[in-house]
Amino acid sequence: MTIDTVEKKQPPAEEEKQEEQQKLEVADKEYGRAREAHADFATVGRRHTRVEGPDKVTGRARYSYDIHLSGQLYARVLRSPHPHARIVAIDTSAAEALPGVRAVISSANVKDVPWYETSQLFDTTVRFVGDEVAAVAADSIDIAEDALRLIEVEYEVLPFVVDLERALTPGAPLVHAEGNLVDEPKEYARGDIEAGLAGADVVIIEQTYITQTALHNSLEPHGCTAAWEGENLTIWSSTQSVWKVRSDVAEALGLSEQRVRVIKQHMGGGFGAKQIAWKHDAIAALLSRASGRPVQLMLDRESENLATGNRNSTVQRDRIGARRDGTLTAIDAVIDVATGAYQVGGEGSNVAGIYQGLYRCDNVHTMQRGVYLNLGPAVAFRAPGFVEGAFGLESAMDELARALDMDPIELRQKNYTGADQKEDKPYSLPDGLRLCYQAASAAFDWSKARTRLSGTRRRGVGVAAHSWMAGGGNPPGYAWVKINGDGSVDVVTGTQDIGTGTRTALVQIAAEELGVAPSCVAVQLGDTANGPYSPASAGSSTLATIGPAVRAAAVQARDQLFEAAAVLLDTQPSSLEIKNGAIMVRGAPGKRASVEDVMKEIKPHMILGQGARAPKADDMSVHTFGVQIAEVEVDTESGDVTVLQVVASHDCGRIVNPVMVESQVIGGVTQGIGYALTEERVVDDRFGVVLNANLEEYKVPTVADVPPITFAAVDVADPGSNSLGVKGIGEPPLIPTAPAIANAVFDAAGIRIRHAPLSRRRVLAALERQSKEK
Amino acid sequence: MALSRVNLTLSVNDTDYHLSVEPRRTLLDALRDDLHLTGTKKVCEMGNCGACTVIVDGRAEYSCLRLAVDCADQHITTIEGLAENGRLSPLQQAFIDADAFQCGFCTPGQIMSLQALLNEMPSPSDEQIMRAVSGNLCRCGAYRHILEAGRRACQGEGTTR
Repeated sequence: MTIDTVEKKQPPAEEEKQEEQQKLEVADKEYGRAREAHADFATVGRRHTRVEGPDKVTGRARYSYDIHLSGQLYARVLRSPHPHARIVAIDTSAAEALPGVRAVISSANVKDVPWYETSQLFDTTVRFVGDEVAAVAADSIDIAEDALRLIEVEYEVLPFVVDLERALTPGAPLVHAEGNLVDEPKEYARGDIEAGLAGADVVIIEQTYITQTALHNSLEPHGCTAAWEGENLTIWSSTQSVWKVRSDVAEALGLSEQRVRVIKQHMGGGFGAKQIAWKHDAIAALLSRASGRPVQLMLDRESENLATGNRNSTVQRDRIGARRDGTLTAIDAVIDVATGAYQVGGEGSNVAGIYQGLYRCDNVHTMQRGVYLNLGPAVAFRAPGFVEGAFGLESAMDELARALDMDPIELRQKNYTGADQKEDKPYSLPDGLRLCYQAASAAFDWSKARTRLSGTRRRGVGVAAHSWMAGGGNPPGYAWVKINGDGSVDVVTGTQDIGTGTRTALVQIAAEELGVAPSCVAVQLGDTANGPYSPASAGSSTLATIGPAVRAAAVQARDQLFEAAAVLLDTQPSSLEIKNGAIMVRGAPGKRASVEDVMKEIKPHMILGQGARAPKADDMSVHTFGVQIAEVEVDTESGDVTVLQVVASHDCGRIVNPVMVESQVIGGVTQGIGYALTEERVVDDRFGVVLNANLEEYKVPTVADVPPITFAAVDVADPGSNSLGVKGIGEPPLIPTAPAIANAVFDAAGIRIRHAPLSRRRVLAALERQSKEK
Repeated sequence: MALSRVNLTLSVNDTDYHLSVEPRRTLLDALRDDLHLTGTKKVCEMGNCGACTVIVDGRAEYSCLRLAVDCADQHITTIEGLAENGRLSPLQQAFIDADAFQCGFCTPGQIMSLQALLNEMPSPSDEQIMRAVSGNLCRCGAYRHILEAGRRACQGEGTTR
């Protein structure tokens, strides 16, 4: 396969067209082959309902919020009412005296527990409305709330800043003494950006794009239940990483990691915000130690929306240059990102990433700065950075297509790259994005979409593409496969199923490799005391990390099983094969034994296969890709934007379970519709107060907002990603939705809105500007 | 502050539970924290999300907006009361078959809202199905499949309860 960036000379147009055609044909064949390949599999690639389904539809599934231990107390946290203040004095005596209150902690009695950056768990300086000041454990949640009202805090109010631009002006209030810039700006350059923008034939799009702060609003809030047994601490935490919570809590509280056990069986959503330990994990542990009782600390909705992360807002100043024929000559993006009061860790928000890699371009410059503000800290939110960056870049590409009078897909294909230009490596699946363009175009009914309406209801279509820098897995990660005495199989791993279907996919992979029915396989996960290390279920990495580990463990287990079976069947292990749980001797039809027969024979010996995810290949770059096409209707009287349909095509390598992938894609697009149109944290900048930290005024999409969403699957194994050829699909489906919708709004009504979300107010304002200009 | 407690009997899933609660105890907290029926989920605590939906005297209601003491003479059905003798209801089965959930946290509320509809009318229109769950948020975005589950359930062998 040719690597696009290596070509220095532009081939003549005709030659290029032919080459393009050949590539499409090759891609088509690969696509077809991959589809056929599934025919060889018994369970991988096939529909399988979620193994935890019966527990979830009956209310039996036990979430962190559902833990009830004997003598359990309930906790609440007192939060700062000021965006920036110093705590001068704190008096908790009245709260402690309230009947039913069992423990009260604050900066007055908890010291030297380090938390964000250089601050403390209970710091004497609070830096946003919602920052933790004190916590109470009581017999009931109502008593805990009563007690909070009895805590008296004397604050020295300090100047604050909540506006991104203002925070960078000289003399602005300082969130941290060192200044409002987070570290050094991250700068990247290749080629010569100014040279790329110069030249008589270069068309330049120079615009600023702004994205909002979005709130995760997982339905299960952050929180945990903590209990001590002697020196041993157990935390049932609503987390995407049981191992990260374990190490962070152990470190903060000065405990050995072996004394801390973290459990997470079912979780009501995370979306990136639950991939680190948060203060409540340590607070619940301290309250439990102080009271001698188990303590449940689940956040209420307001706390959830103030203090446990958000998608950072951004300002992106872009300059995109292209020749008349559409060839990109320059991509320049200067990006400011609102970090909030603290850096909290986890996946970083790489807004610049999509500018650096989505298109072939020799001259690229990006600069990204993080800015501290007196607002709750930002944290990863499903494809952090790329969602924000895609809104800027893919809106700009649409503007460029209009300026050049080119079809937007043609413009994008013209600047196609099969290589990671930043890392100077080929993509493991160089045709991944090309296949997405094909599949999306084929699934979208352009003729229908082009039906124009007149009057106050206008229809239009828009397209956006994306790459995503992750998906191939995040080693190390480990798994065990045990075959029990009755022939049943346990897969044991320290990963998490955060609602993405991990359990089900791992059952399918183990069953496939072992040659047994999926119903024989159970998965144990989400417990640091039961199973080996696995990374956070974040970065779309779970399946691509732990799937190969499970496969490797299953291979080992099957080898051991065949050794035992060979003795029983009086043959060599190499002569054996297994299908549907029946072990057969090749060429000897009558000689067979079930897994159960073999296990009963060797009882009480057990079979234990151990597997690890192999390191990443270092000679190629694993990305995932996608293309979405949206059709919208704009009501020019009300400013309402109605999404009529979305076609989403995504490359996620080999698909293990098509229905679960479809659910992920539909879900991602649904969140994308919210991001595009309605979701926006609103801050009163006179007081630094968030006005909509709830589900009433923070508008997540409802059932009535979601149109038909077609998943145009690209089901091609990515051989470079890992031993299964799988890649994660958790994050990508959200990335291109908002720009596709914004571009469709322009197509419909001729208004270019460069500020997400495209709320009614912004649509009406744009329409008003348009009518004045006419 | 410290409020006197009230004795009451709650009839939940055809079982009478005797308990003593503060008058301000919501039905949601009573179900979850006193009766340990944790299938009913607590999310927004202000009637915005529908995750705590239960059926009270035949109507789908947000249990976070009802006081426990207010429900003493009423017939309450929670998600734990739908399966009979370990057999999933057609609606529960339809949710599994249509892959109508991911994290599953909103699922009990979605199912109870739809169950209340199906109890009223065994063959609702698509519009009626959508209206029934329009007060139930799903952050994973399973709405399209939830609608499909609703349709499947009424095409099935009928409804329970």
